[in-house]
Amino acid sequence: MAGDKSGGAPAADLVRRLESLPGLVNDDPWLVHRGRFLTVEVLIGLGRAPYHLAIEHGRIIGLERGPQPLRSWRFAIRAGEEAWRRFWRTVPAPHDQDIFALAKRGELTIEGDLQPLMANLLYFKDVLAAPRRPSGEA
Amino acid sequence: MAARIDPILGRYLHVSLSGRPHRLYFEEAGQGIPLVCLHTAGADGRQFRHLMTDPGITEHFRVLAFDLPWHGKSTPPEGWQREEYRLTMRGYTEAIRVFCAALELARPVVLGCSIGGRIVLNLAIAHAAEFRALIGLEAADYQSPWYDTIWLHRPDVHGGEVCAGLVSGMMAPHSPEESRWETLWHYMQSGPGVFKGDLYFYRVDGDLRDRVGGIDTSACPLYLLTGEYDFSCTPEDTMRTARQIASAEVTIMEQLGHFPMSENPAQFRRYILPVLQRIRERGEKQHAGKDAAKDAHF
Repeated sequence: MAGDKSGGAPAADLVRRLESLPGLVNDDPWLVHRGRFLTVEVLIGLGRAPYHLAIEHGRIIGLERGPQPLRSWRFAIRAGEEAWRRFWRTVPAPHDQDIFALAKRGELTIEGDLQPLMANLLYFKDVLAAPRRPSGEA
Repeated sequence: MAARIDPILGRYLHVSLSGRPHRLYFEEAGQGIPLVCLHTAGADGRQFRHLMTDPGITEHFRVLAFDLPWHGKSTPPEGWQREEYRLTMRGYTEAIRVFCAALELARPVVLGCSIGGRIVLNLAIAHAAEFRALIGLEAADYQSPWYDTIWLHRPDVHGGEVCAGLVSGMMAPHSPEESRWETLWHYMQSGPGVFKGDLYFYRVDGDLRDRVGGIDTSACPLYLLTGEYDFSCTPEDTMRTARQIASAEVTIMEQLGHFPMSENPAQFRRYILPVLQRIRERGEKQHAGKDAAKDAHF
């Protein structure tokens, strides 16, 4: 996808953002509470790098960089590096602020069994936006 | 200490729509030029509470907002439990005109947001002479869909939460947290399938691309205001629509999204007050012109 670095290794600032996500979510008891009915494996595509995000009762219990052959997931959210970088700005520019805004423009894809996503949509949006917080600054 | 009470009155109006009895809830505040406000899909008239408590508006305007049938505190029509709700262009237009006629509103201004903005365009096309001015917020002749509405009404997904989740990102990041979540609360409270039924109008029955060119703004001025963060009805959608209409006035509102009046009332006020001021001034000029004509005649 657009913005990828050669060889599939994402830019260091983006890796730091994404890898800050489990701590930011798990340190927010209300966010974890809101996801309490959710246990699921999600694939996050950061440029060409796949990350497996494991959630158990709203807590992030794993975030591992792939590829991991034959590891299954329920749904995948993938975007180019530049799109994630714009999405994770503390105050995103118009139409960078939402995964659906990026999806509408063709910069982000959401695929797979979407029921767990849609049944926990407000929770997932806050999980994915967590690296926007100042503590998630690179 | 004196109790703090908003100067908003709520009542129920009994009307017949398409031959069917309806009991519509509406709120109002202020006096002067009638200003009828139309809420977004899957929400209700509470979105306009800040306009109704703004003396800068209510000193000159009688602000009214009714909950569409099936929405808010309007009672769903008898037999609702055996049918699928679907808003249509014809039914929506009828509801607005019947509401205005029942309350004997003399050439009101109509301000609508989102689906309300779309229907305002239809009022401009088909019924311009009945209105003093029309204001479309987040309005366009058509917008491309960006999700499958099947998610809005099914037993394995909470309807209120998913409706809120779908629209949550349509607000600007600058909007105050309190106002953003109040806006989402309205979506969480919508009846099952109501948001989905409204989108039937928005996506299927309300395509005005071939018709907006016929709008005559000399019969009724048209103001279009769209938030820069609205990715559903984008500024480009509104500007494309306006390019087909002679003298439609477009404002792109900074730091606002799809719900300007409720997501950031203070920011929206900066944009809507000048529009309302111009509508007043235009009315005064016309009035003065009529008086002058009368004087000349006599």
